[in-house]
Amino acid sequence: MFDDLRDLYQEVIFDHNRNPRNFRVMENADRQVEGFNPLCGDRLTLYLKMDGDRIADASFQGSGCAISTASVSLMTEIVKGKTEQEAEDLFTKFHEMTTGKDENFNLEAVGKLAVLAGVREYPARVKCATLAWHTLDAALKNEQKSISTE
Amino acid sequence: MTNFPVEKIRADFPILAELIRNKPLVYLDNAATCQKPQAVIDSIVNLYSHDYANVHRGVHTLSIRSTDKFEGARTKVKDFINAGHEKEIIFVRGATEAINLVAQSYGKANIKAGDEILITAMEHHSNIVPWQMLCEQTGAILKVAPINLQGELIYAEFEKLISDKTRLVSVVHMSNALGTINPVKKIVAAAHAKGIPVLLDGAQAIPHMAVDVQDLDCDFYVFSGHKLYAPSGIGVLYGKQALLEAMPPYQGGGDMIRKVTFEETEYNTLPYKFEAGTPSIADVVGLGAAIDYLNAIGMDKIAAYEAELLAYATEKARQIKGLRIIGEAEHKGAILSFVLDKIHPHDIGTMLDSLGIAIRAGHHCAMPVMDFFQVPATARASFAMYNTKEEIDVLMKGIESLIEVFG
Repeated sequence: MFDDLRDLYQEVIFDHNRNPRNFRVMENADRQVEGFNPLCGDRLTLYLKMDGDRIADASFQGSGCAISTASVSLMTEIVKGKTEQEAEDLFTKFHEMTTGKDENFNLEAVGKLAVLAGVREYPARVKCATLAWHTLDAALKNEQKSISTE
Repeated sequence: MTNFPVEKIRADFPILAELIRNKPLVYLDNAATCQKPQAVIDSIVNLYSHDYANVHRGVHTLSIRSTDKFEGARTKVKDFINAGHEKEIIFVRGATEAINLVAQSYGKANIKAGDEILITAMEHHSNIVPWQMLCEQTGAILKVAPINLQGELIYAEFEKLISDKTRLVSVVHMSNALGTINPVKKIVAAAHAKGIPVLLDGAQAIPHMAVDVQDLDCDFYVFSGHKLYAPSGIGVLYGKQALLEAMPPYQGGGDMIRKVTFEETEYNTLPYKFEAGTPSIADVVGLGAAIDYLNAIGMDKIAAYEAELLAYATEKARQIKGLRIIGEAEHKGAILSFVLDKIHPHDIGTMLDSLGIAIRAGHHCAMPVMDFFQVPATARASFAMYNTKEEIDVLMKGIESLIEVFG
């Protein structure tokens, strides 16, 4: 019935929505930033534990749609062990992928995050996927305590 | 179903024949804005094709034709809400601008530090923020009457909040997020007993029921054209003549308002005092055409048909496991706001869109209502006179299928 949506709602996304990874409060986190999408009410708190300039651990709490939950869940998995610069580079690539400006975008560059590529066909949902990454960006830059997509 | 000519009405709305994602459009986002009948579209094309010039300006033929159509529409609006005189019908951009006009004109002139403005907990942001701005400017205090878990105003609490300091009551006639229809006649009477004027936000109510401002006895009534099958960008402020006469203009001298003494003779006559600049002429004419169209069907018949649609949808929705209806007031208009267990409204919205079904997902510009019900957002199906039981079946089948997919 929802054949048209297969690119957007892949099984991996349902899986992460049902069982989000790293869904916990982190005691003694080095960075803690809240992300908020006022348009849909998605709200998350991202926690990072740093080891020098490397992300030793990442976790989150919050509530949101399947896309935003899967996105933050996948993100916490993939950034663990990465340096700040590596994580920022990944954010840049993820942003390029989800905003869909480059038709020849190489999905291999983002690894398993490629399951979220489908949002580029749904402009209203791009922010659901990028909220997690904007929050991470703020956390890495240690800019502020909360960020908003608006 | 009642003998309501829904198929004939549907044929008058060209957009209803559109295919969305290769499926017939099921348009259930009418509380956000509703679609336009051919008669409204034609009225705009005809004006620009044959009769257009600026209004109230020239002696030439087109200006006279344009002015006649423009002022003719004012008369139609007056009759539609049974106002006493055309002078009481002010054209604005929409309900939002109308409330801002009252807040900045009536409010600034009559409301001082320590005074109170009373609203309810189910207001749209457009009936909250203009008063917060006024409170910030004047030092007045915004009081909010609570609602219960059915989404109804707790009337006894509302009445208690009417105090000697209350200077204005501003209440939504029908809630956009919950569908609740407020007991506005009773509210007006209670406020008037203490000499307090009442503004009714009719943005949602106006397409769903016959509205008689003299019977309601409200002091201000505001609505938008775009929810009444008319173009966007046009709306109406109804105000009692004596109040409007005494109010300073809204545009063209905001800073001076506080300094001038409150003398009506200094300003233009009504309604033009509040209509600075060239108005949205074609949209006003379109509003007139929409009213003609609705009158030909009959607002009471529309209300009865929509009540059947809502009852049918509510009954079907209650059978879906994991669906919670938000807003179950006894007196309710054709809005079905709901949440699904573990499925975010935005996912519901995207999934239903893939089936050609347009609903709203979000906070409906009523964040305090969302907070009250402790949900980040709801999904909302809102019905209009052109919707059918079959469309509700499509919606319900869609909801059941997406619950299955999410597992």
